[in-house]
Amino acid sequence: MQVTLKILRYNPEKDAQPHYERYTLDAEPTDRILDVLEKIKAYEDGTLTFRRSCAHGVCGSCAMRINGRNRLACKTLLQTLDTSKEITVEPILGLPRVKDLIVDMTTFFDNYKKVMPYFINDEPLPEDGRERLQSPEERERFDDTTKCILCGACTTACPTFWADNSYVGPSAIVNAHRFIFDSRDRAAAERLKILAGESGVFRCRTAFNCTEACPREIQITKAIAEVKRAIITGRLD
Amino acid sequence: MSIKTHQYEVLIIGGGGAGLMAALYASKKASTAVISKLYPSRSHTGAAQGGISAAIGNLEEDHPDWHTYDTVKGSDYLGDQDAIEFMCHKAPELIYELEHMGLPFDRTKEGRILQRPFGGHTNNETGKPVRRACHAADRTGHMILQTLYQQCIKNNVNFFDEFQVLDIIMVNGKAAGVVAIELATGDLHVFHAKAVILTTGGWGRMWEITSNAYAYTGDGAAMVLRKGLPLQDMEFFQFHPTGIYKLGILITEGVRGEGGVLINDKGERFMEKYAPTVKDLASRDVVSRAMYIEMKEGRGINGQRYLYLDVRPETVNKYAALDGRTNPDGSPLHVTGEEILHKLPDIIDFCKTYLGVDPIKEPMPVQPTAHYAMGGIPTNVKTEVLADEKGTVVPGLYAAGENACVSVHGANRLGTNSLLDLVVFGKEAGIHAAEYATGAEFAPLPDDAADFARAQLDRIRNSKGNERVADIVSEMKHTMMDHVGVFRTEEGMQEALNKIRELKERFQHIHIDDTGSVFNTDLITAWEMSNLLDLAEITTASALARKESRGAHSRDDYPKRDDQNWLKHTLAWKRDGEIELRYKPVVITKYEPKERVY
Repeated sequence: MQVTLKILRYNPEKDAQPHYERYTLDAEPTDRILDVLEKIKAYEDGTLTFRRSCAHGVCGSCAMRINGRNRLACKTLLQTLDTSKEITVEPILGLPRVKDLIVDMTTFFDNYKKVMPYFINDEPLPEDGRERLQSPEERERFDDTTKCILCGACTTACPTFWADNSYVGPSAIVNAHRFIFDSRDRAAAERLKILAGESGVFRCRTAFNCTEACPREIQITKAIAEVKRAIITGRLD
Repeated sequence: MSIKTHQYEVLIIGGGGAGLMAALYASKKASTAVISKLYPSRSHTGAAQGGISAAIGNLEEDHPDWHTYDTVKGSDYLGDQDAIEFMCHKAPELIYELEHMGLPFDRTKEGRILQRPFGGHTNNETGKPVRRACHAADRTGHMILQTLYQQCIKNNVNFFDEFQVLDIIMVNGKAAGVVAIELATGDLHVFHAKAVILTTGGWGRMWEITSNAYAYTGDGAAMVLRKGLPLQDMEFFQFHPTGIYKLGILITEGVRGEGGVLINDKGERFMEKYAPTVKDLASRDVVSRAMYIEMKEGRGINGQRYLYLDVRPETVNKYAALDGRTNPDGSPLHVTGEEILHKLPDIIDFCKTYLGVDPIKEPMPVQPTAHYAMGGIPTNVKTEVLADEKGTVVPGLYAAGENACVSVHGANRLGTNSLLDLVVFGKEAGIHAAEYATGAEFAPLPDDAADFARAQLDRIRNSKGNERVADIVSEMKHTMMDHVGVFRTEEGMQEALNKIRELKERFQHIHIDDTGSVFNTDLITAWEMSNLLDLAEITTASALARKESRGAHSRDDYPKRDDQNWLKHTLAWKRDGEIELRYKPVVITKYEPKERVY
């Protein structure tokens, strides 16, 4: 079958403004958008620029807007889209454009780093040197938020983040949640204090865009609500 | 063009599991920076699924010595036994260290780390599979990568993200830094250092069907080769038995660990014929070969080039009963669809996304997929890079993880041992490089330090031929798949070698479209493909010379292992356009080579 991609192009060394270019080529219904982009780059226009690595939805490189929705190009098959119409491919929003589908991720990672996204427990280790104990139920409590691959699809789908990227955004909150609700961690209070601040969770307007955008199907809005509740009630159950 | 310069005592090239582990340890003692072509969290460690092995015995009796023996046997006796023993005995300590860093392992009822069976890991007394693989659902690699990255942030490790290293600077035979291109600007940077650790991963993109990321183009190994240093055991490349048909996406061996079985077109569980004791949990080379034989003899599904991997609860329970498989408490193993979903969520997601198949209800179509480089940059147990067959150390140069060959995997790696390798030897690399650096001086850099890197890029930029890189790469992948894959012959490999050389010649006549500086991925991809071509040539030449079958190197014309002549490691150099092969003995301590049956 034939498919047409309408891609937002921008080369900072040549273009004053971004513009769309259209590419029509043969493809299979089971091809991923990433396969089509690779084919364009390989055989039609080597200047087309995008990030990619694993090609099966675990590395988080290829988040982009496909028909107006944030997705991973490697997890979006043509057969899930209406290929009788042009498919629009644009960079994710809310971060500075660098070239074509590549944006500057610096703010995204800076926001991530603000929430202390690492395990903290300075208590003595078990005397036998073995693992700290954690029940399957305690482990299950934060399972969903361990799946995050830092692709940025959620944060760059968030209207609050578009308006003001000092808001840490859904991805950073997901990564804070992963530690706040880990029974072994001891820094929940510090993280909750950060997230109760003006760049934190109360900026969330519950648009649910983040949950819809997540390629890992993390219940992000729920995680944000749990963090809000923990701040308000002081409880971590 | 101006060149920016930086100075660190230790440089780590690559931000995957080995690199991040090295960074955590090197940065304790020495100024350290990680230079990575990807954001570290994008690294391919994150794609590892099923588990990381350690004989911690949380569910049943196990011993580091059993793990050692299994790994030696799995390697088809080509692994160096001192290195394997070191790794397997370090394993428990490293697992606990990862847990103490917060890694969210799955848990037993008692709150301990949960373990599952994996191919080739056995109770050495009964020969039956043992639960040795510690796991976090089917995203163990993801959790290791995330945990190590988090700890690096906590410890303020310096990162240069999206910098492609192009060359290692050597001064008087010692590593003195690297040259890199900053992808966002196209600027060249010289990083001056006392020690350089290479943790750049593998090169599975050389084959048509692969589980490997686009980034897996063998940059570190190719750079070492260009410095006139050898690569070891390059003929041994693992094909994982279960990649998604046509796509190559990995379906973890953990599926079989949880009771899944391989089925042919006649509905037979064919692994019974090939590995009567452990069946579907034999070593990967054994299973991949069995699958090729089944398909060759017409028992692929509908006569096609794939088989079924079946993890439907009714199938798992049927074969669990036949095998007498039990839970840790001795009760008969019985699973539900919900339990399988809970243990293997990503696998189920991949199959639904890419195949429209729900593995709880239908079997998965699978075929062997190029997966892991057993060979690579030769090192000793301290991760010091070796210059020759006598074990001469290259001062200041270290390698760990998939791009290194210690050798702990020999001719065939056991599942879960790659994650173990990268944490064990990543840590060793960090410790030893920092120790070396604190006792060494910065070697003065030559004025032309960046010239060789720049020349490589300029040759691509200025090449005005008619060849498209993608055509050359496509032919390379087909050639390697057809002739340097699971089964090999003299004729096929000779044809492949001729073809690769033709492709290398044609590569001199490419043209690329992008002439810019900012994120010129057209240029970088072409450079990466030149790495794959160089490694394809070395792989094929090393394979052609080895006239026996051992582990992942299986020849129709020499079907038997030949310990008399070939119980030795290959070292391959590229000098003045010619490949030179030499050999060095395997280190054997406790385990005399014997016939390998599963």
